[in-house]
Amino acid sequence: MTTAIPTYNFAYLDEQTKRMIRRAILKAIAIPGYQVPFASREMPMPYGWGTGGVQVTASILGPDDILKVIDQGADDTTNAVSIRAFFERTAGVATTTRTAEATVIQTRHRIPETALIEGQTIVFQVPIPEPLRFLEPRETETRVMHALEEYGLMHVKLYEDIARHGHIATTYAYPVKVEGRYVMDPSPIPKFDNPKLHRSPALQLFGAGREKRIYALPPFTNVVSLDFEDHPFQVQSFERPCALCGAEGVYLDEVVMDDKGGRMFVCSDTDHCETRREAGFTGVQTAEAAE
Amino acid sequence: MYVAVKGGEAAIGNAHRLLADRRRGDRSVPALTLEQIAGQLALAVDRAMAEGSLYDPDLAAMAIRQSRGDLIEAIFLIRAYRTTLPRFGASRPVDTGAMRIERRISATYKDMPGGQLLGPTFDYTHRLIDPAMATDEPVASGKRRARSDDPCPRVTDILGRDGLIEPDGELPVDEPGDLTREPMEFPAGRDLRLQALSRGDEGFLLSLAYSTQRGYARSHPFVGEIRIGLVDVEVEMPEVGFAVTIGRVRLTECQMVNQFQGSSKEPPQFTRGYGLVFGQSERKAMAMSLVDRALRADEFGEERTAPAQDEEFVIAHSDNIQATGFVEHLKLPHYVDFQAELDLVRRMRREQASAGDSQEARSINCDAAE
Repeated sequence: MTTAIPTYNFAYLDEQTKRMIRRAILKAIAIPGYQVPFASREMPMPYGWGTGGVQVTASILGPDDILKVIDQGADDTTNAVSIRAFFERTAGVATTTRTAEATVIQTRHRIPETALIEGQTIVFQVPIPEPLRFLEPRETETRVMHALEEYGLMHVKLYEDIARHGHIATTYAYPVKVEGRYVMDPSPIPKFDNPKLHRSPALQLFGAGREKRIYALPPFTNVVSLDFEDHPFQVQSFERPCALCGAEGVYLDEVVMDDKGGRMFVCSDTDHCETRREAGFTGVQTAEAAE
Repeated sequence: MYVAVKGGEAAIGNAHRLLADRRRGDRSVPALTLEQIAGQLALAVDRAMAEGSLYDPDLAAMAIRQSRGDLIEAIFLIRAYRTTLPRFGASRPVDTGAMRIERRISATYKDMPGGQLLGPTFDYTHRLIDPAMATDEPVASGKRRARSDDPCPRVTDILGRDGLIEPDGELPVDEPGDLTREPMEFPAGRDLRLQALSRGDEGFLLSLAYSTQRGYARSHPFVGEIRIGLVDVEVEMPEVGFAVTIGRVRLTECQMVNQFQGSSKEPPQFTRGYGLVFGQSERKAMAMSLVDRALRADEFGEERTAPAQDEEFVIAHSDNIQATGFVEHLKLPHYVDFQAELDLVRRMRREQASAGDSQEARSINCDAAE
């Protein structure tokens, strides 16, 4: 065998690639909500596993950063574990599960409950960056629609929802308008998280590897969820608090307890839940267990 | 009592360990060697190199072994390695006219300079499972012809001399595009299109090509020529002022000759569909040439009505690594979004039940909502 054993650069990507991605990120920050094409690389994890987010994170990560990776709000889901291990191995950076301690947070499908602060960066993994894609499958068409600010189709879709169901039937990846200009896909976060995008002090970056697009929300950007005057945007609300920590006004996961319809609801954000429990908060179930 | 699931890390570790165990299989059976894979599963190695778009038989054999024979997984391994390699530059166009030919056939001429050469083909085998495959019976070596210096011109060159087929096009001055280095934009140039097809999924291209034969963008194709063999790869060396051969690759080239009516500007002449693939991969090269021709519809003023003519549709979906990733990512957790949908469905069911004013329906839906 003559094949050389490969060696890898800090955070896996070579510096040329990082520079290319950083340029795309800077352009994305300069035009909030605009999808910047970039020469997405083939990563050692599959497309759909967060290759866009991983490339963005790899390009902005420095040796002093503290990285948090979540999937579905949790630090311990297998893909979050795997991506965190990837950066521990290739960049040797410190990692954390604490939202407040992290300088870079890579996420799939959630924004942490703990409000992000200035200086933090959150990187979203994006499957389909184009909010108009399911209304118009052609990229050549949707680019023109964005250029002309031609978003009527999206409003028609939302209106049809109301006509058919009485309300807008989009519950996640709910489209937003950025600084009154670009309609943007916030990635498949539940619409519950949409208000957190608005005027966030943190830098918000979105990476779509397979679709080769990067977009961004610089800190304090206006982000408005699309709606109608008579049908204002509303987030989900849960009827009960977290069964473990008693938190209200947070996003909950439904856990099936048995085959007789038993259910419990617990925080989707595991760090939020653990921090509260450490501080002495309890929920219905923890109270029962203590008795 | 529910405890938030922990131990993703241990689970992943154990899964990898079990995978390695299954990959190795029965320890009393000797492990596959790379020589065995590269030598005896050579067409699998060729496919992994072609769709991995990296010419390295040893590496491809390693990837096939690592992937337990799952070729798309092997292609993925090669791609993920390829992406880390530095780019030194572009080679000169390979001269397939000067190929050291192992197989060369034409369906348009009975005989031509250089002749027809069947080479190592399955074409006229009877597909009967050979009992000898269960054992290791001695196999005679292939017959070799004396090396001939007779030229073996491409059939398209023979047609081109009489102007019966469109010219091959001018060589662009710039380096050809590279879709792995620049984001793809539509409409793409033919260079990028051919690159995408050449590394595209064999099965996808085969089906698309088949669809053109069944009337979805029919192009009346003839196999002008298929040739398989070794070509030199040359790189211009500005330091020394001439091209230097840096290696040799096995290629399959297919030149499809297609009908064309001509126009007010052009006299009637045949048109081309082109396929070029690493290794011995005739099915892929033929499919590629049919799809290439279908994608050129605009050039000939043909109406674009079929999937195979739709550049964005074909190119955006031809890459099996992208496709398998996105299809398979559905198995990743989606419970946050599912929870949101669950909530909505329950709400809609409640609303429908109360609107229907049916006592019975209401109680069922209330139950479901608990």
